[in-house]
Parts: sequence; structure tokens; C-alpha cells
Amino acid sequence: MIRLERRKEPSTFWRVANPFLAVILTMLAGGMMFVALGKDPVTAIRLIFFDPIFSAQFGSYSRPQLLIKSAPLILIAVGLAIGFKANIWNIGAEGQYIMGALFGAGVALAFFPLQGWYIFPLMILAGAFGGFLWAMIPAILKTRFNTNEILVSLLLVYVAERILAAMALGLMRNPDQPGFPGSRDLRRYESAHNAELIAGTGLHWGVVAALVAVIFAYVMMTRHMLGFHVRLAGQAPRAARFAGVAPARLVVICLGIAGALAGLAGMFEVSGPGGQVRIEFAVGYGFTAIIVAFLGRLHPIGIVLAGLLLGLTYIGGELAQMMLGLPSASIQVFQGMLLFFLLALDFQTNYRIRLREEVRR
Amino acid sequence: MKRRTLLTAAALSLALGAPASADDPVKAGFIYIGPVGDFGWTAGHDRARREMQEHFGDALETSIVENVDYGADAERVMSQMALSGTDVIFAASFGYGPDVNTVAGRFPDVAFQHATGYIQDHPNVSLYDARFYEGRAVLGHIAGNMTETNTIGYIASFPIPAVIMGINSAYLHAKAVNPDVNFRIIWTFSWFDPALEADAAETLIEQGADVIMQHTDSTAAVRVAEDAGVMAFGQASNMVDFGPNAHLTAIVDRWAPYYIERVQAVMDGTWEAETAWLGLADGIIEMAPWNDRIPEELQAEADALVAAIASGEYHPFTGPINRQDGTPWLAEGEVAQDSELLTMDFYVEGITQDLPN
Amino acid sequence: MILGSINPAVLLAALMVAATPILLAAIGELVVEKSGVLNLGVEGMMIIGAVTGFVIAVNTSSALVGFIGAALGGMVLSLLFALLTQVLMTNHVASGLALTLFGLGLSALIGQGYVGVTPPRTPKLDLGWLSEIPFLGRALFSHDIMVYLTIALVAGVWLFLSHTRAGMILRAVGENHDAAHALGYHVKRVRTLAIMFGGACAGLGGAYLSLIRVPQWTEGMTVGAGWIALALVVFASWRPWRAMAGAYLFGGVVVLQLNLQAAGVRIPVEYLSMSPYLITIMVLAIISSGKARGSLNAPGSLNRPFHASN
Repeated sequence: MIRLERRKEPSTFWRVANPFLAVILTMLAGGMMFVALGKDPVTAIRLIFFDPIFSAQFGSYSRPQLLIKSAPLILIAVGLAIGFKANIWNIGAEGQYIMGALFGAGVALAFFPLQGWYIFPLMILAGAFGGFLWAMIPAILKTRFNTNEILVSLLLVYVAERILAAMALGLMRNPDQPGFPGSRDLRRYESAHNAELIAGTGLHWGVVAALVAVIFAYVMMTRHMLGFHVRLAGQAPRAARFAGVAPARLVVICLGIAGALAGLAGMFEVSGPGGQVRIEFAVGYGFTAIIVAFLGRLHPIGIVLAGLLLGLTYIGGELAQMMLGLPSASIQVFQGMLLFFLLALDFQTNYRIRLREEVRR
Repeated sequence: MKRRTLLTAAALSLALGAPASADDPVKAGFIYIGPVGDFGWTAGHDRARREMQEHFGDALETSIVENVDYGADAERVMSQMALSGTDVIFAASFGYGPDVNTVAGRFPDVAFQHATGYIQDHPNVSLYDARFYEGRAVLGHIAGNMTETNTIGYIASFPIPAVIMGINSAYLHAKAVNPDVNFRIIWTFSWFDPALEADAAETLIEQGADVIMQHTDSTAAVRVAEDAGVMAFGQASNMVDFGPNAHLTAIVDRWAPYYIERVQAVMDGTWEAETAWLGLADGIIEMAPWNDRIPEELQAEADALVAAIASGEYHPFTGPINRQDGTPWLAEGEVAQDSELLTMDFYVEGITQDLPN
Repeated sequence: MILGSINPAVLLAALMVAATPILLAAIGELVVEKSGVLNLGVEGMMIIGAVTGFVIAVNTSSALVGFIGAALGGMVLSLLFALLTQVLMTNHVASGLALTLFGLGLSALIGQGYVGVTPPRTPKLDLGWLSEIPFLGRALFSHDIMVYLTIALVAGVWLFLSHTRAGMILRAVGENHDAAHALGYHVKRVRTLAIMFGGACAGLGGAYLSLIRVPQWTEGMTVGAGWIALALVVFASWRPWRAMAGAYLFGGVVVLQLNLQAAGVRIPVEYLSMSPYLITIMVLAIISSGKARGSLNAPGSLNRPFHASN
């Protein structure tokens, strides 16, 4: 009989080794699936994990893409993780991401065609504010009316999607292209364009913001009183109240930070890689970021690594589809397996496997 | 990998339009917004890709990436296709417009074919679209004749010109044969939501519609119509299996002839950017076989209408046509310009509902 | 009067049908959450149910067998979640989201050869004179069997949770797993069974879409129904009958907004189409306001991992 025993101290060895082991197990399980689909498993796995970074043919293009794909995930996940630590369940980052994009783009479109250095900073403020505002709806409903934030934040995603469609079709539609949905291309409006800071590196302001957010979150969670309150509220709500943590204030702060960061991610996307407000602008970053947050153990550095790994499988998955004719569904299954293994192996960090006899002795 | 190095070399040496040698297959890449198994829009494009692959055999290699979202993802997939030596890229959705043009600027030697788009910033971007409104005219004609309640239900996706054009075309031709006809339109704000489409179809039927038209992708409405004993039209594919009695006909997307022509041009080195808006005449759309319940007389009329549109003898938007508010749009005998149709943002006179936005 | 074309009996009938798939998934998830487990993989289990139900129904030419297969399919996928969260102690939220991703992909692979295929019909339920009753006959007694089975299931879950010993144990496990464990209950066994029940219900909900409501198989055809089911459990404050009320409210607003559109009511369509979400939020805000957090009925151990340390 096998049983688990809790370790006194989390194992540092397994914490480092697990992700590698998980990737290897995913390669084995995923490889079997690719064989079942009649494809060469070695090529498929190489395309997914190695070619986006190391291939001579694609590498120089897809390495920067890794930053572009992962930055919004990391930026959103860092904010979500703070709330999750305090047991505040914001499932609606996607909606906050959309509103940030709409507010940011709204500022740009209002100034068009004026050029000025102040436009982009204003867009940043507006983007953060848009996401913040959208997150304040579940926050205030929770603090004032006791309404569960899971439901409110989740349903507000659908509302935000409808507003996005209405904006792309109406108010924000490009007046120079009557009839067609979609706003002006912000990449063609110099003052509003979130361009690459160094050409060919993929480094845009959103990547910088993600880095700043990671450092900020790290310092806050480890060095600052607020971080202590957040952790305390999550682990021992009653103790937190005795320690003078006001639950309502914490709800507003956690949802506010997450909303503002998600809004920023949306704003940097719409003014850069995304380019314009279109009906289908939102592609699920807000939901994927939840996975990234937990995969990164709600720790800022972990989130960076998780975001990059997931970004890699997206880019590699596209390559595998293109070069091998794998269906996109098989890539989803592959990603699912990777997540399962990453999560499953983590028990080794906190537990050890024991045979029952051993325990009894 | 030998093949891939070879292709990279080929991509470097191939100037746009240079003929490919016989033993070096032309590569065509496809990016799709949905899955190839959507039985709707994307399935139509992939059907054409497979037909084309069969046509060219070893002379052509095709690759696809499904479920590619607009924006950064699309830009990256197309760039990677270009880097892998693809000669011509088919971007099969309206929303790829800005992305196609960004990538086209970076890879001037790759030919880009963008479906249903309007942005053409580079000499290597072709636009193509189908004149679905021609098919809608035929549907409208049949619906106007077949309806007994004089109410036709219309399930629409998003209020964009392509959809508005279809509603107007269907309405005008239903009205022409049945002055009492009345359209009830439901917007779902999605291209594919089977359950919602089923609910919408049921609602329309309950409100008196006995013919259902749809500009959404699922088969739900056809099946609901079958169960309710009313009539419906398929969308993009022949959906007769889902409603043998209800399914009167469908506008079937058939991109293959055009795809074959364009890839042949790439092979011959004669590919040039163009704007193609093709219809019944080109075999890009066709009507699924008429249901037997359509009276023979009406079948003959519908055949004649298809023939008249295909021959160019008749244009579905021929004046006099007024806008919804009663202001004149087309004078007697005047035919709509393509540019007016492609940017259509109004209902024609007689439709009672308001157009969103 | 424009609204005259909306028939209330028909509206009631339509909302019951529209609510059924989300209600099925929600009632399963409610039991799961009552046991202290938060499974965000409802969407994944629903779509696996949709595809397995469809494939089995087509191959056996029996919709009924299809539904059984769908329940099993959802259950098998949920076992994966149980293995992760109960045995390997993984985080519930992340495991559930991974399950959704995995289920969406796997369903598409399973269903590859079934696009454009028509499934066998579910036999019509004949309720005889009941369906002849004016108004009520049309509104309540004109449905397929799954609509009634779903209501029966809600009643069953309510009975189980509030009137049986097993239900009490399940609630105890969800409320305070350490205390339940101290009393000698098998926390993990109870939770695993609850997760399996949730998987089966979600599978049935998915199959209701692919076999009755739509019926067809297409990738991603559940289009977020699992997420609405999750929201409904919260809306219901973990009470079975309120889950049904919530599903009917949501389904009702969906159907009503379609009716208002078709009737040509001059309310902008954008607002109509977002109304189901807004109204659900507003109703929940009203009913939850003024109550203390404790009375909101959330299971005390929800989403907290349990490890027996004897």
C-alpha cells in the first residue's frame, strides 16, 4: 500500500526538478498521441519545444514572439495571483483586459490625428483605469451587497465582449472605412503606437510593464505590510481580522490591482500586437492567465517561467500544425497534458511516497 | 531536415511570380479562424483546399493552421509560414486584414490571398470574396413564394455589410413575389452558437415565421425547422441531412475553382494582386439541389433566376430601391456599385426593424 | 401591440428547454462544491459528454444509449480531475482549467469523423391528455424526457443533500473536512464520488446539446455553457432549487431577449444581448445584499486541499 506523507520542509530538489520531469513525461505521453495520429513524434516534439527558440529557420523570428505572446499572460497573472493569495476569486480578467483596451484605444481615437508625446502615457493611464473600473464592479458588489465575486467577474466578461462588439461596430469604427467593423489601426498612428522599443526584439512597453509588475509584486508580497496582510487573509482570515486587516479594503485593493494590470495588458495589446479594436479582439488571455498564475505557484518569478513555457507551447504548437499537419485540437490536448503533469508532480515537493510498512515501523 | 533547407533556399531564390520548377512543389498555406470541422465557413475553405490538392497532386504542398485568432497570433502564423517557404498564403477570414498587410509588407515575395477583406496596402495582397447576395436573392425568391404566413425569420450574426447585404437581397426578392411579406430578424452577435441559434429559430417560428434563413454557421436552425414542420435554408454547406423536409436549398460555398486558378497562376509565374468578387457565374457559390416540395414551376423560376444572375443579365440590386427611411437609393434601372454594396450599412425600405448601430 | 406576438406559454416552454443543459451541469457541480471541491472543468466535461454521447448514439442508433455513454464519458474525464486533486493534491482551480483545455482538445479529436452526421432522434415523450391542457399543456407538458429527468434530478439532489445520511456526510465533508475526518468519514472517497457525479451530470448536459437541442456535433459546440453552469452554482448559494430558479431565470432572459428582438422592440440589440448576464448579476446582488457572509451558504472547506495527517 502506497501512501503520501507530508514533508516537514518543502523539497527544494523536487521544486526545481519537477518542471523538467513534467516536460519529459509530457513528451512521452504526447508522443504516444502523435503516433496514434500517424505523425512522427520526435519531429512534433522538437517543433513544439525546441524550434521556436533554436531553429535556424524560425528562431530569430519566434524568439521575440515569445515575449509578445507571454507578456500579457504574465502581466495579468501577476495581478490575479495577489488576489488568489487572499482568497479573492477574480475569474473575469478577460473582461478587465477588454475594458482596458477599449479605454486605452478610446483615448487614442479621441486625440486622432493629433500627435503628441503625452498621448501614449494618457492611454496607459486610461487602460489601467478601464480595467480597474471593471474590476470595481465585483469589488463593490462584494463589499456592499455580499455578492460573490466569482459570478460577477465571470459574467462581466460576457458583458465586456458585447460592449467590445458594439464599439467595433459603432462608436470606435474607423470613419474612413464606412461599413466595415473595426477601429483605426493604432499602429499607424504614431503617438498611439506601442511599437517595439528595439526593433526585432519583441520588446514593447507591455513587456516592460510585465517586468515592472513582477518586481513590484515580488517586493510587495515579501517586503511590504500589504503583502503580509494579503497572505494572512488567505491563510487565516480570522487572524487577519484581529491583525486589523479590513476585509473590504483588501477586496478593493486586490481586485483593483488585478483589474488595472489586466487593463494595462489589454491596452498594450490593442495599441501594439493587436493593432485595432475589433469584434474578436479578446482571445482568452484573461483565462489562460489564471492557469499561468497557479502554474507559477502564485509566485511572481514562477509566473514568469510559467508564462514563458505556455507561450512556447502556443508558438511551437502553431509550427507543429503547419509543418506536420497536426490538428489544433491535438495541441490543446498536449498543453492539457503538460499542465496535468506539472500540477501532478508538484506533490513531490510537499509530500513523499511511503510504503505503509515503512510508516508503521 | 533536408526538405526544409531546400525550401528555405527556394524561398530565398524565388522572386514573386517566378515559375517554380516541376520537381519543386509550390507551397500554399491556409490560416483559418475556426476549426476545419466547423461544418460551416472554415470547412468550406478546407474543402476547397483538399479539392485543390487533389487537382495538383504532387505539384502542390498545402499546410494549414486552424483556430488562429486575429492580431498577434495571425501575424505570427503567417510570418512563420512565409519563413518556411510558403509561396502563397490564403487568410480565410475578414478579420485578418491588418495582419495580412503587416506580414505582406515584410515578405514581398510571398503572395497573399485575403478572403472578404478590404485592406490592400501592398502589391502582393489579393482580395477575394463571394457574392453571397446573389444566392440570397434566390433564397428570397423561393421564400417569398413558399411562405404561407408571410413571415420569414432571419438569424443574423453581426451587423456588418456582408450580412446586411444578404438580408436586403433576400428581402427585396421575397417582397417582389409577395408584397405582404414581413421579415423578423434576430441578431445573435456570434457566428457560431448552436444552442442560441436553436433558441432563435424557435422564437422566430413561434412568432409566425414559416421559413427560416440564417447567416450563422450551425445546423441548429434547420433541425428546429424540421421538427416544427416549417422550412429553412442551409448555410455554407448542404445541410439537407439535418432537415430532409425543411431544407429547401442552401448557398454552398465552393472556393475550389478560384483557389485552383490562383495557385496555377503562382505556378505559371503570372500571379498578380487583384480584387476578385465572384459569384454564381464563377461557380464559387452554388445552390444545393432544390427540395422536391418546391413546386416545379417555382423550381424553374429559381433556375431561371440563377441563370439570369450568372449570365449578368440581372443584378439582384437593380433600382428602384429606397432606403429604409424612404429616401431613394437606386433609381429605376440603376444597378448598385460594388463599393456601395461592400459598405452597406442600411436596410432597404419595407424592413420594419431597426438596424443595430 | 408589438408584444402581442409573444406567447407566454411558449416563452415558458422555451426557457425550460434553454435552461436544461446548463441546469444539468450546474446541479452536478453543486454537489461537487458541496463536498468542498471546486471543479472549473465543467466546460471540458460537458463537451466530452457532448461528443461521447453523440458518437455512441450514432453507432448504436440509440439516443438513450448515447446519454448513458455521455454520462460515463463525463465521469471518466472527471476521474482524471479526482486523481489529480484527491490523490496528488493538486490545486483545484488550475486542475479544473487544465481539464477544460484538455477536454476541448480531446473532444475535437474524438469527434473528427462525426462532423455533418445526423444523430438518431430521441423518442418523443407522449404525455397524453396532459399536453392538451390549455396554457400549461404547451408550457409544461410538451417537452422531451430529459427536461423532466433534469427536474427530477434537482429534486433528487435536494432530497439527498437535506434528507439523507449520505447527504449529511457529504455536506459535513464540504463544511469542515478535518472534523469530518475526525468523525471517521472518508473525505477523499466522498469527494471522489461527488466529482464523478458532477462529471456525469456535465456529460449529460453536453449530450443534451449534441443530441436534442442542436443536434449535431461540431468542435467547441458548448460555447461556454459550462461557465454559465459554474456561475449558476454561485447564484444558487449552493441550494438545488435555487440552481433551477437561476437556470430558468438565465434561460428565460435569453429567450425573452430573442423574442423582443424578433418582435421588433426598439431596444438596441447590443443591450438586449447582454441582458441575461446583467440581470443575473443584478438579481444575485439583490438577494445576497444584507446577508452576512456566513449565511451565504458557501461550503466552508470549498477549494481547500485535504490531507489526512494521522
